[in-house]
Amino acid sequence: MSGIILASAVTLSQFFLVAAMACMLYRLVRGPRAQDRVLCFDALYIDGMLLLLTVGIRTGSTLYFEAALAIALLGFVSSVALAKFLMRGEVIE
Amino acid sequence: MNADLPVWAALLVAFFLILGSGLTLIGAIGAVRLKSFYQRVHAPTLGTTWGTGGILIASMIFFSVTKERLVLHEVLIAAFVTVTTPVTLMLLARAALYRDRSEGVVDTPGFDGPPEDDALD
Amino acid sequence: MTRLLPYPLLALSLLVMWLLLNGISAGHVVLGVIVALAASRLMAALQPEKPSLKRWSRIPRLVLLVMADIARSNIAVAHIILRGGHGKGVAGFVVIPLELRDRTALAILACIISSTPGTAWVEYHPGSGRLRIHVLDLVEEQYWIDQIKRRYESLLLEIFE
Repeated sequence: MSGIILASAVTLSQFFLVAAMACMLYRLVRGPRAQDRVLCFDALYIDGMLLLLTVGIRTGSTLYFEAALAIALLGFVSSVALAKFLMRGEVIE
Repeated sequence: MNADLPVWAALLVAFFLILGSGLTLIGAIGAVRLKSFYQRVHAPTLGTTWGTGGILIASMIFFSVTKERLVLHEVLIAAFVTVTTPVTLMLLARAALYRDRSEGVVDTPGFDGPPEDDALD
Repeated sequence: MTRLLPYPLLALSLLVMWLLLNGISAGHVVLGVIVALAASRLMAALQPEKPSLKRWSRIPRLVLLVMADIARSNIAVAHIILRGGHGKGVAGFVVIPLELRDRTALAILACIISSTPGTAWVEYHPGSGRLRIHVLDLVEEQYWIDQIKRRYESLLLEIFE
């Protein structure tokens, strides 16, 4: 019983997250401006991290947690660098 | 897939999973539907607050029950995301304002204060 | 005490992070204490400005208030998005005159405003203390000025100044 509940909930939430990533990807391609693209890039890595956490629940392994933590760390650094680039056109001043 | 989970825990995990991913999806729909950039800045915050929170709570409940000890390391991701997303959003909003001003886009609020005061550093 | 532990809060949070990542055992507590002490000594070399907390007792109240507000505005923004992109008002900028000057308190206010769906921190002028935020559902400017000032700024002023 609990296996069925869990399996369907994980599948549904993975579907939601992939749909969210598709929406973000649409906006990333459409633009219209660079700041929209950076915003969507930022949201995309958050969604990817959440997807990894749901994969962790599906397989019952805590290994995915560490991958999610690494994605959160690296994604933040890159989107801050991109936002900084939009501000002045240079990453390092 | 673990089947040895009690039904109450499975229901709780399912509730938080669907709450979190549903909010993230609504935020993403907002990013497609909303008209201007400044409106779209609000959309991903749905996914980064209770969207992330819901899935992290689900993960905490699931691993605490299946491993039969308190698993709290998801708190680290929660703390990290709450501290970092505002930084990105603030930088992006300021960059957008700066670009709009320098290109003379209409409906951009005016620039008040001397240039060197234009930053919270 | 201050030479061994220049930043007690930082050292404590590093220790907690170490234990959360590695699991709690006697060996990891020792290792975590060593890492926390070494890292906070290294941090002292950067000489960051030390925040002055006046009233600790108000912090839990602020945290609960912010979490409840974020939950409420999550629902509000989800409604706006599902209804097709506009609420009762229009989206627009609001300028708020702030009395808060402490840097740490301002950083916390920035985190609160940016992570609440529906409001976004846009820019702040340290000279005049004016803050510009963007609001998704703007009916009345005065409502948002009162909201930010009364709910968050007064609590932050109590905690920090």
